Amino acid sequence: MEVPILKQGEILIATVQAALTDSDLLQLRRALVEKVAKARARAIIIDLTAMDVMDSFASRTMREVAHMIRLRGAETVIVGIQPDVAFAMVQLGLSMGGVTTALDLEEGLEYLHRKFRTI
Amino acid sequence: MENGLVVVENEICVSIAADHDVVAARQKGRAMALELGFSASDSTLLATAISELARNIVSYAGQGEIVLRATQNSGRPSVTVIARDDGPGIPSIEQALRDGYSTSGSLGLGLPGVRRLVDEFEITSEVGRGTTVTVHKWKG
Repeated sequence: MEVPILKQGEILIATVQAALTDSDLLQLRRALVEKVAKARARAIIIDLTAMDVMDSFASRTMREVAHMIRLRGAETVIVGIQPDVAFAMVQLGLSMGGVTTALDLEEGLEYLHRKFRTI
Repeated sequence: MENGLVVVENEICVSIAADHDVVAARQKGRAMALELGFSASDSTLLATAISELARNIVSYAGQGEIVLRATQNSGRPSVTVIARDDGPGIPSIEQALRDGYSTSGSLGLGLPGVRRLVDEFEITSEVGRGTTVTVHKWKG
């Protein structure tokens, strides 16, 4: 399942619509790293509200996305991780490392707009 | 496991050979847990454990199967997950179960994490013959 990526101003928004397989996750990573430069975006938001499970592979791939996007000169905000999913991630011993997270898309956008205004 | 009347209510076997099977197995496991009255939170813990076990099969053995069994044990519901493969096996189970050997999701089997997600955990493995991981989660 391909994840749609929309452009809103200087921000790319990727909204996960359903459970993703490992190859879907890798495809999303590739698409974001390519599009961030093409769109001259300053940030990306990945909305994981619909993600049923964040296991070790999904968490690692999201951390890698954030790292790659930073190397491309932009910022990543992960939003929408559900409470039960967050609980399971912690039990499993996973972390999102230094990746910025926000409650939902609205909060993520607000965080970025605030940040860009002050730069 | 407790003594008493054990009734198997439902059993599903999911063949695991590709990454979409990983998603199918965890979704079937979650549905089974919810059907037994598990909380959404416990169902997600179980689904996450299944996802890790299924991925280990794909990554290390190539193929195998996951059996999901809904059980009533003296009236108390539980789900048993049996992840089985004929892969290369694990040379040192002790090492594979040690945290740090496999944390951060970068390398390793993630078995210490899986053990924390469930109530009972059992593993048997023979080099060259395969691995079977059996986990058990009770309705909270």
